[in-house]
Amino acid sequence: MSGSDDAVLELRAVHRTHGTGPAAVHALRGVSLVVRPGELVAVMGPSGSGKSTLLALAGGLDRPTGGEVRVEGQPLGALDRRGLAQLRRRRIGYIFQQLNLLGSLSALENVALPLELDGTSGRRARALASAALTEVGMPALGDRFPDQLSGGQQQRVAIARALVGERRLVLADEPTGALDSQTGEAVLHLLRRRIDAGAAGVLVTHEARHAGWADRVVFLRDGVLVDTTAPLGNVDQLLTGSDR
Amino acid sequence: MSIRHGLLALLERGQMYGYQLRAAFEESTGSTWPLNIGQVYTTLSRLERDGLVRPLPESEAGQRPYEITDAGRADLALWFATPISRTDRPRDELAIKLALALTTPGVDVRSVVQAQRSATMRALQELTRLKYGSNRPEDLPWRLVLDSMVFQAEAEVRWLDHCETSLVRHQPSGPAPPVPPPSDVDADDAARWAGEEARR
Repeated sequence: MSGSDDAVLELRAVHRTHGTGPAAVHALRGVSLVVRPGELVAVMGPSGSGKSTLLALAGGLDRPTGGEVRVEGQPLGALDRRGLAQLRRRRIGYIFQQLNLLGSLSALENVALPLELDGTSGRRARALASAALTEVGMPALGDRFPDQLSGGQQQRVAIARALVGERRLVLADEPTGALDSQTGEAVLHLLRRRIDAGAAGVLVTHEARHAGWADRVVFLRDGVLVDTTAPLGNVDQLLTGSDR
Repeated sequence: MSIRHGLLALLERGQMYGYQLRAAFEESTGSTWPLNIGQVYTTLSRLERDGLVRPLPESEAGQRPYEITDAGRADLALWFATPISRTDRPRDELAIKLALALTTPGVDVRSVVQAQRSATMRALQELTRLKYGSNRPEDLPWRLVLDSMVFQAEAEVRWLDHCETSLVRHQPSGPAPPVPPPSDVDADDAARWAGEEARR
């Protein structure tokens, strides 16, 4: 796990304990993980295994009780609230199951919002937002409001918001939510494309079919990484499948 | 499924000779089911014997095309209309292996579960990668074959997760109680699998 100079995300022996004494809950117990550019890592595990805690720590939404989290080499523990908020707005994109789109803003305005909050000029923010909407296949729907869009379209807007600008780290928590399997797959396709273009991503999911989109799959159980996969080299071997 | 019905379905598109049938068969199964030309000719001669296909005059190049008969069409229609029965599948070695792992002293069932899950997950990753690279409209039949394998692998991972959760709750008191194996397992098979397990 050393030699992680180019890591976009690095967790070093991270612990997260909620509460103290006998009532303490150890959500994560010494988790180490490195995610590099162009790499998508899926995190799987049963409910309560620490998946969402891991994601919250990776995105600076929560702080570890032990160990260290680095984003693009920057230890998050060394940042104050303001620095952390800035890093989150500029470098990290979040895709959640709840889309958190603002109903009073158009699709384009929703996507441009994080940039504008960060001081980008309105015109430039809208140009970048428009490019992000094009990337997710919705170039013509920027003027619509969330309630004028289908569930799948709303999810695309949320993804455009996560990808807009210079985001290097994309964190997704069950991003296909209640979408049907085709629409859900389209969402993962978009995520994969952005990763292939050089971002790094962490995908929390309990569905193996979705984790299949990742380069690496890690399994959490009771706050510990129990298992990791890397892709096979030889696809042909799989297809002739003589050993199954 | 049989090669027989595969060939009938291909001949329903139009007359073809052996090598064409083989190529079309492999194309429509995304090369997941390689056929040798001998299998094609053996199957064609059985289909001919049963009156489901009929040979046509040889071409100048010495190739003999076949065409489907009315009886062949009826057989094909029946095949498409009849659901596949899962009871014809071979016994599930994995399920039996885990059942045995649970009752065999010295075997760490959790490691068996984890090793299998990693392998199945890797397969899923590769299948997904193949799917990601097959985006043309004409790739649809191939993508559906891949999807079928993806969903089967997913089901296996879910079942393994379920096993793992059950194992966490499982507190054996003293020697593990004998777990009756699935009813279609015979003692010889069980012994053979146990032996293979022990050799690893």
